[in-house]
Amino acid sequence: MTLTIRDLCVARGGLPVLEGVSFSLEHGQALILRGPNGSGKTTLLRTLAGLQPPLSGAITGAQDRIAYAAHSDGLKAMLSVTENLRFWAAVFGQRDITPAVESFALAPLQDRLAGTLSAGQKRRLGLARLLVTGRPIWVLDEPTVSLDREAVAMFAQAVRAHLASGGSALIATHIDLGLEAATLDVARHRATSQTRAGATDEAFL
Amino acid sequence: MTALLTRDLALAIRAGGGFGLGLAFFLIVTVMVPFAVGPVPELLARIAPGVLWLGALLACLLSLDRLLALDWEDGTLDLLATSPLPLEAALSIKALAHWITTGLPLVLISPVLGVLMNLPGPGFVWLVVSLALGTPALSVIGTFGAALTVGVKRGGLLMSLLVLPLYVPTLIFGAEVARRGAQGMDPTTPLLMLAGITAGVVALMPLASAAALRVNLR
Repeated sequence: MTLTIRDLCVARGGLPVLEGVSFSLEHGQALILRGPNGSGKTTLLRTLAGLQPPLSGAITGAQDRIAYAAHSDGLKAMLSVTENLRFWAAVFGQRDITPAVESFALAPLQDRLAGTLSAGQKRRLGLARLLVTGRPIWVLDEPTVSLDREAVAMFAQAVRAHLASGGSALIATHIDLGLEAATLDVARHRATSQTRAGATDEAFL
Repeated sequence: MTALLTRDLALAIRAGGGFGLGLAFFLIVTVMVPFAVGPVPELLARIAPGVLWLGALLACLLSLDRLLALDWEDGTLDLLATSPLPLEAALSIKALAHWITTGLPLVLISPVLGVLMNLPGPGFVWLVVSLALGTPALSVIGTFGAALTVGVKRGGLLMSLLVLPLYVPTLIFGAEVARRGAQGMDPTTPLLMLAGITAGVVALMPLASAAALRVNLR
């Protein structure tokens, strides 16, 4: 099933930030979201992940198919790398964590506590979590923050493998990942003052 | 679900998990009360059920603000909300983990502290029974409070104010079971009320907690 977004309007804190967003994402496709800070990329991704309802518009094909990765990785400092991955694998009903460990070169870190990892290593672990979800659509919010060049390449390789196996990815990023993907500039969909005026009541709820 | 439970238990036991905080608080309160009210065995025996119940309740309250706040800060709650596990189930499991790490130790240590409080002989069984029946309700109601205030910085005060009134029925009937038991009266009626409250709360409260948390995650 294709992920289809039609005429979506999303709000943050009751104020519409983006409107008229429409696109569809086929199997094996990736879409890069671009836009300046505060333009609503995160809000759009959170809406797609089902964490908040859209103001208007329709999202089809997202139910229970999205693996979401935000700015924070959801890691527990007092659990080891393997324990963190095992936990998320179990929550998503998967068992095998080896592909995830291998893709992000986590094998030498397996028994370290997540709290003792560097920022980039934590990020790699957070991205490895995507592989243990077994979900077809990756929704990633600035996945390359604090990654070095080598790790970015690892990540791009993981995304390519995911696309090749029929998955799809929606990535908000500021850097060039070297992926063959369409780009959507969210700045063009910034909500106008008219829509903003219509939603003032919402802000006080 | 088992994974979430074992993870929460592992986190509670490992360094910095806060396991034993409630237990230590309960211990301190009940050890201090005899010093505060004076060495009058008859008086202590009379107030013992109430003091033990109040101590247990406050000990539960003490550890509540960590229940969801840590998972909120590191983004685990966002990821759990997008996982196949229903939020209601996840919060029930978190309440269960809270009970195992906080409520259950209180139940187990209460007879020992009953001795310190000069609790009359027949009261011990009923104290343990009432705490075993009542503390799960405290954990589940507390999860609701934590879900309501999860995004609030330093939300502990707000949460205590919201949760305390909801704790009152459990406290009244729980302490009443222990008091009647200690005085050799029949504790059946308050015991059934306490069991009813716990059953109702365990069944319905997770729905409210999940709804509150969904709003807070937006």
